Amino acid sequence: MTHKTIRIGGLSRVEGEGALLVRARDGRIVDLQLRIYEPPRFFEALLRGRSYTEPPDITARICGICPVAYQMSACQAIEAACGVEVTGPLRDLRLLLYYGEWIESHALHIFLLHAPDFLGYDSGIAMAADHRVHLERGLALKKAGNELVADLSGRAIHPVNVRVGGFYRIPRRQELAGAAERLRLAREHALATVTWVAGFDFPDVEHDYRFLALRHPDEYAILSGSVAVSDGTGFPVSHWPEHVVEEQVPGSTALHARLDGTGGYLVGAMARYALNSGLLSPLARSAARDAGLGEVCRNPFRSIVVRAVEIVHACDEALRIIDSYAEPDAPAVPVEPRPGVGHGASEAPRGTLYHRYRIDDDALIVEADIVPPTSQNQARIEKDLWDLVEPRLALPQEELASLCERAVRNHDPCISCSTHFLDLRLDAR
Amino acid sequence: MGAPKPASRPRLAVWKFASCDGCQLTLLDCEDELLSLAAKVEIAYFLEASSAPGPGPYDLSLVEGSVTTPEDAERIRHVRRVSKHLVTIGACATAGGIQALRDFADVREFASVVYARPEYIATLERSTAISANVPVDFELRGCPIDKRQLLEVITAFLTGRRPVVPGHSVCVECKARGNVCVLVAHGTPCLGPVTQAGCGALCPAFNRGCYGCFGPSETTNSAALNGRLRELGMSDPELVRIYRTFNATEEPFRRASEEAEGDA
Ligand code: SF4
Ligand code: SF4
Repeated sequence: MTHKTIRIGGLSRVEGEGALLVRARDGRIVDLQLRIYEPPRFFEALLRGRSYTEPPDITARICGICPVAYQMSACQAIEAACGVEVTGPLRDLRLLLYYGEWIESHALHIFLLHAPDFLGYDSGIAMAADHRVHLERGLALKKAGNELVADLSGRAIHPVNVRVGGFYRIPRRQELAGAAERLRLAREHALATVTWVAGFDFPDVEHDYRFLALRHPDEYAILSGSVAVSDGTGFPVSHWPEHVVEEQVPGSTALHARLDGTGGYLVGAMARYALNSGLLSPLARSAARDAGLGEVCRNPFRSIVVRAVEIVHACDEALRIIDSYAEPDAPAVPVEPRPGVGHGASEAPRGTLYHRYRIDDDALIVEADIVPPTSQNQARIEKDLWDLVEPRLALPQEELASLCERAVRNHDPCISCSTHFLDLRLDAR
Repeated sequence: MGAPKPASRPRLAVWKFASCDGCQLTLLDCEDELLSLAAKVEIAYFLEASSAPGPGPYDLSLVEGSVTTPEDAERIRHVRRVSKHLVTIGACATAGGIQALRDFADVREFASVVYARPEYIATLERSTAISANVPVDFELRGCPIDKRQLLEVITAFLTGRRPVVPGHSVCVECKARGNVCVLVAHGTPCLGPVTQAGCGALCPAFNRGCYGCFGPSETTNSAALNGRLRELGMSDPELVRIYRTFNATEEPFRRASEEAEGDA
């Protein structure tokens, strides 16, 4: 019997650290583990004993790429526990802030992490030599997103202006004029991006995904909604713990989520698109049509096109909010703490992000539960890898490794939510 | 990254330990400077941005994140060996970060709250700053770091001078910015008087008190500040919490929190 264990390389251009272990016997995979070995940071434990006002600032530090998502899910969970709902112009401002993060995060993923795969470069920066126009467009888009977040909230990473109930300070109408100007340009860049990425060469792969995303009756759900699943089942966010169970798997500090007792499912751009594409802005919908996306996209490599379409939507919607913006009377609604449990979920750029807090009589948190997108996707990403690797076990190692890296990157995993490195160890006998 | 460049360019490496990626992302967030920076230095190792890690030695290593696992304690020694200059970026690398809240608790208990099988989790009892593990040449504060300060530090090291980063408090920046003092005018609790400048006094500009994300300034008088915060109605447990966030184990903040805890 021959036995070999080969290190094939490092997963880069993702957030955090991971490794891939594949064991095969007689041409079939017997074991495949995507290992997340980002050191655990224990947020759920250290939130206990903190005030109900603290999760927005603390949980922002889980991820530097999508801090707004953490802030939004946290605020909504605490508000739900206290029986408060933030509506009207304050909700619009939250959406506007969130769109800023979407634009920035998607532009980062598309241009600096994902596009180099299709064009054969090691990095976005290396791409600049031959594709400077595109890279500059990407950086401009990213900057537009960052600036929107910073305008509304102080800075793009770990914004300081978000609090339970709303904001500390609301922007004046005229303060948003500059943002509108930049967003109009960004929308043009976003449309050009859709056309550019739609022209990439996509491997011919389709997976039979079960998608999960929030759904909202009137909008392409980002900030709030109820949970929808592509098999027709769905549930309110407050029923999350009954449906999604996290399991710990050996060798990983991220937990695997399972839906309704059965296996994996997929959250993120493709899931949102599959469940809600009818609610995209008309411009984003026509961009999707021109890009040939169809109603549902099941080719994970094409998720780059879906993200580009989502940037068009985000620019469009952000502009709509700015145009109709009426300054709210107060920067926040009062939130009186009371003992109880609250659930909150929103669509982080990488997928549904769920928070739950239990608050005691002293307005302190006694229990916190946070389910980030990556832990939900991990089992499904393993399945993608399984389907991809098994028929290609005979491929040269290097080729297989880079294909695996690409397959992981398709899902824009934030291995820093639990948590850059993928060691592919292939043990084939 | 990638394309062949003249050998004379200084080589930059970016490393990650336990962290949120926010500080290294700050480098990618320098959209206007990124391409010109990439022309001046060779970004030799930066896994978040490039899949072609180049071997050391490196002229400048930027280190994000704190040391929380036995492997990372080993890895930081390797990073030190292959780096001419080592600069820490952010509160995690400089002060242990939010994950250093474990230092005030039992990490096994923490692990049992988050994981059903805590025995699978290899973690250290403390989250330590890089300087507690290896000598560092410069520490840049902030959670996250400030972009302009980052560019100043990179430029300074590449041209062989000391970075110009002030050690005074956020209050000084607040005055320079023309903010109304939220502590004096609104009675809002604020850590600006004991927190190092760098952010441009962001929170007071947004009508909230500073929560200390840049860590302690060079000289602090937290006893006086605690007195004032108590007058504003803060309870001792609240005082303990306000100092224990992203720079909790930094000596002046630790002392201030323990003082309040002692009284509690
Ligand atoms: S210092 Fe703050 S921003 Fe920087 S890596 Fe740590 S948690 Fe993230
Ligand atoms: S004012 Fe304080 S908490 Fe706010 S960004 Fe500046 S240093 Fe951080």
